[in-house]
Amino acid sequence: MPLSEILFWFLTALALFSALMVVFSDNPIHSVLWLIMVFFAISGHYILMNAQFLAIVNLIVYAGAIMVLFLFVIMLMNMNTDAEPQKSQWMRIAAALSGGALMLVLVAALKDNVGAVSRTSGEGSIGLIRNLGKVLFTDYVLPFEISSVLFLSAMVGAVVLGKREKNTKPVNN
Amino acid sequence: MQVMPINYYIFLSVALFTIGIVGVLTRRNAIIIFMCIELMLNAVNVLLVAFSKMHHLNAYAMDKLTTVGTEAQLFVFFIMVVAAAEVTVGLAIIVMLYRNIHSIDINFLNRLKH
Repeated sequence: MPLSEILFWFLTALALFSALMVVFSDNPIHSVLWLIMVFFAISGHYILMNAQFLAIVNLIVYAGAIMVLFLFVIMLMNMNTDAEPQKSQWMRIAAALSGGALMLVLVAALKDNVGAVSRTSGEGSIGLIRNLGKVLFTDYVLPFEISSVLFLSAMVGAVVLGKREKNTKPVNN
Repeated sequence: MQVMPINYYIFLSVALFTIGIVGVLTRRNAIIIFMCIELMLNAVNVLLVAFSKMHHLNAYAMDKLTTVGTEAQLFVFFIMVVAAAEVTVGLAIIVMLYRNIHSIDINFLNRLKH
């Protein structure tokens, strides 16, 4: 068994186990840490598929920025482990059954695909920054600029939502 | 040339997506639900990159200098951009929620019903 195949199965097992631990761990901080583990495994998959730019961006944006934001909010709220009441047993069984049924349908619908993903690192340099940057700043420059407007509006929206309203508590400035 | 069947990536992506859906359906903590949504987004991203590489492998057999498949990886990049903006606004909404009702249990969010 070649090394890349061993790495594929290891990263797959790591991603699935960590994703299960995200759902089933009681402490929200542990969930965040397991989710960071999932993102590391997915970045490993990107590197195996020779998409280095996306692997690095995934690590920086998701594991670096977004997860720190989640941790920050969780620690701001000071959530206890036993603060969350669980759903009823029947609701959880129904949720697991419907999720399993969805997975069954998707696997049954998609299992007959033929196709292959290359694992040879020499061929296919489309995932490198040189190629992606060239396409991004020529063909996709308009969506790139529009996404900056999206970020600006998200920033304004977050500030407006996070501002304390005047009638709830007086602002002392 | 070493190749990997696309089915493995499809099944990995489907499994991650399903775990995210089960998490959204079973948990009541709004932040955990939000993290499960991020998990589903990442499952889709893995599948997009895998299909990009598959498409590129088919075109590479004809032409060694082809750049087919670049668009899918750019789509993944834009998905990450949109996800970052979404997380910002979503967490701001959750913080506002916590300030108003002092809980992030989604079962208390039924005021629109009454």
